[in-house]
Amino acid sequence: MSIRVLRPGLLTTVQDMGRHGLQHVGLCPGGAMDPVSLALANALVGNAPGAAALEITVIGPELLFEHDSLVALCGAEFQGAFPANRPLLARAGERLSVGRAVRGARAYLAVAGGFAIEPVLGSCSTYLPGHFGGFEGRALRHGDALPLVEDVSAERFAALKRRSGSSVRWLAPPLTVPDREPIVVHAIEGQHFGLFDAAVQRTFFDTVWKVAPESNRMGFRLAGPALVRNTTDEILSGPTALGSVQVPANGLPIALMADHQTTGGYPRIAEIAAADVPRVAQLAPGARLHFALTGLDTARELRRDAKERLDAALQAIAWEFGN
Amino acid sequence: MAKLPKPLGVVPLGDLAAYVEFSRTLDLEINSVAQRLAAAIVARGAPGVRDVVPALGGVALHFDPAFDGDAAKTAAELVEQCMKKLPDADDLGREIEVPVCYDPEFALDLDEVSSKTKIPPQEIVKRHAGGDEYRVLMVGFSPGHPYIGGLDPKLSVPRRATPRAQVPAGSVAIANLQTVVYPYEIPGGWNVIGRTPLVAFDASRGAPSLFAPGDRVRFHAIDRREYDLRKESA
Repeated sequence: MSIRVLRPGLLTTVQDMGRHGLQHVGLCPGGAMDPVSLALANALVGNAPGAAALEITVIGPELLFEHDSLVALCGAEFQGAFPANRPLLARAGERLSVGRAVRGARAYLAVAGGFAIEPVLGSCSTYLPGHFGGFEGRALRHGDALPLVEDVSAERFAALKRRSGSSVRWLAPPLTVPDREPIVVHAIEGQHFGLFDAAVQRTFFDTVWKVAPESNRMGFRLAGPALVRNTTDEILSGPTALGSVQVPANGLPIALMADHQTTGGYPRIAEIAAADVPRVAQLAPGARLHFALTGLDTARELRRDAKERLDAALQAIAWEFGN
Repeated sequence: MAKLPKPLGVVPLGDLAAYVEFSRTLDLEINSVAQRLAAAIVARGAPGVRDVVPALGGVALHFDPAFDGDAAKTAAELVEQCMKKLPDADDLGREIEVPVCYDPEFALDLDEVSSKTKIPPQEIVKRHAGGDEYRVLMVGFSPGHPYIGGLDPKLSVPRRATPRAQVPAGSVAIANLQTVVYPYEIPGGWNVIGRTPLVAFDASRGAPSLFAPGDRVRFHAIDRREYDLRKESA
């Protein structure tokens, strides 16, 4: 049982919800850049929300299914005939081609039953800088055969059809993909916000930033005016978190993403609200964003709202499976 | 018993993580308290906390995304509880023996360090390998990358003006009062004075990182032949 890779796409990796408990030895959690879309894709094929799936980036792959497989693609909208945000039974011998992203940057392709991949340090996520996890510790290549766990596709599709008739018409709501740009990203003041003078602080929140081409799973580099500090005092290297916005010496901020370093010595001007990190993950190079200054309470409210929306969507999907 | 320091404050790292900060400058006493506190928090166990990260000047707590509470407030309360009974520093950390080959081929910056410190290369090697105060202050920047304190102050030099685009894996390098070991080939600006055959981070090991915060480290000089032998068996 496997899926064959005919064309790998720009950067297609196996990701789940990441590996935890190792930040004290410098290992970031990693995992899906947009865990909300990963959870939706998994739900659409009847998997647990954190099962490993393919993270597709900007240009999608072409895959050959060797067996009937219940699959779902969720997240960014891609060109091509691939119907997204709903369960789809790919027939044995069928090819599915995912084109170029037209809205958003990342989508997740989940397969019923999941991939037969050994977890490394508790996770199936691919950690590219360390060359481990996922499929051989690397992005997919032409000719790879991705092993599947078990043949549950037919059974799950039958369950869906009992509910929905001969085909599945409904869609999962895209929760993280931007409708329009620039997107508003809520951020609280970072530890070193006060090290920047008032004009620079204003610039940070007034600027429409552009995601620079040299952005990756470790961090998004933002193009715009340089944020210059008056002092050149070194900062004691300290912990960072998912969504920390650092300002290195060149003044151009870097938003730390899933594969971020766990400590850093650059001043952190802001911290992105947790609820907004998956939305930032949906920005392709060239996409625009601006930061809105937010308090911790609001960030927490946003987190609750996002969780409620996701839970509601997951429940609605589970209902379609008869659960 | 020395009086325990109080946190300067709790810095939110977003709404799902918080940094309990004790010092903004490197203070070895405080660094040790951060490690003891981290151990106490781990031992106590805290619902919703996924990672406890002792850093140079404090402890960061990372919460599960499903955590519904106030991360900074929860962190502050947890720290207050745990500060009441910290484990002894002597009970934490392990002894890590690190063989280093200081041959010129690996010691890319030894001559430069020598000209800056006006100490001959052989003497630098002797002093570095002879140090008995080395302790891992923090692991970060890259998986398994230790910041090791306790460098002989006479060997203290600043970081290189121009960082290298690639520092070979296993490189042992110094700057200011610290030593680092590069677990992977990564960019870096520290002064490389040798190389260890040990693998600092290996995901296939149960404990993937050779170093953890609080470990006591000893370096000892090995020749090229032993380096090759150890490298082969690693």
